[in-house]
Amino acid sequence: MSGASGHAAGHGHGDHGHGAVQGHGSFKDYVTGFVLSVILTAIPFGLVMGDVIGDKLITGIVVLAFAVVQIIVHMIYFLHMNTKSEGGWTFLALIFTVTIVAITLCGSIWVMHHLNTNMMPMTADDARHAP
Amino acid sequence: MATHTTDALHRDPVAEADELSFQDMGHEHHPEGSTMLGFWLYLMSDCLIFTVLFATYAVLGRNYAAGPSPKDLFDLSLVAVNTAMLLFSSITYGFAMLAMEREDQSKTQVWLAVTGLFGAAFLGIELYEFAHLFHEGATPQRSAFLSSFFTLVGTHGLHVTFGLIWLVVLMLQVQQRGLIVENRRRLMCLSMFWHFLDVIWIGVFTFVYLMGVLQ
Repeated sequence: MSGASGHAAGHGHGDHGHGAVQGHGSFKDYVTGFVLSVILTAIPFGLVMGDVIGDKLITGIVVLAFAVVQIIVHMIYFLHMNTKSEGGWTFLALIFTVTIVAITLCGSIWVMHHLNTNMMPMTADDARHAP
Repeated sequence: MATHTTDALHRDPVAEADELSFQDMGHEHHPEGSTMLGFWLYLMSDCLIFTVLFATYAVLGRNYAAGPSPKDLFDLSLVAVNTAMLLFSSITYGFAMLAMEREDQSKTQVWLAVTGLFGAAFLGIELYEFAHLFHEGATPQRSAFLSSFFTLVGTHGLHVTFGLIWLVVLMLQVQQRGLIVENRRRLMCLSMFWHFLDVIWIGVFTFVYLMGVLQ
């Protein structure tokens, strides 16, 4: 009896194992991910080290864009992320995390930027005599 | 089996089902899926730790206190070599997982060892860089920029260190017990951890090093 239940459980694992988070990619997946990563790393380093674009703001935006694309490439080809693994729960957790990350980063930068621009530079003596 | 079935006819089916599931818990290893989801949730919470450190760096990263700026300190070619080390270690870990799928224990061990060497090389270069910074007087106490820099990059380095320790322990386990179900599960967890650290490093080299030198 326990043998039969063990068999059923074994089947459950098999079904879960493939296509889930722990399901591994193929050799082709890993190599594709690696080649894409090398390209997506080399270009931003080249742009900054060679000062190709000239404009710092545009270079910064381009470099950030490359990072975002490379993170997505890593998620798909190395971490085997997809919308179906674990019944979609890993993807849901990822969306939640990305949301929190965006709020924390953007919020911190936004608030502190305004704080910096709106606060007058002040010495200790100024602060004492402030109205 | 047959005797058990006739026996079961006289018993309460619900109670038996309970007993069976209880036996399942005791004798079978716990389902693989739950471990992977749980570990994924851990990685996501780890991601939030790094988010806070990134946010801290974003806020404090320009406060040099008349000290050195990223442009004075960072050597981008060194960072590029470091990035390559971590990227190589990522794909070699992938090869280790593929060897594990084929039940090829010796190949798995070889690829894990190669991964460990690349990881150690990454750590070595990072420690060399830190030693260089300290030598130039760029210590964490020097300015808010350097405090937040060392906290962020140091936390990532610590993660890699613990990943390496984990890797060595798992290699010993595989050596002793082979590629049993438990070891495969552990190797898959470390795989996610290792690739996750590479993802964080993308953020570090872009946000801290490349954009730091740009300013």
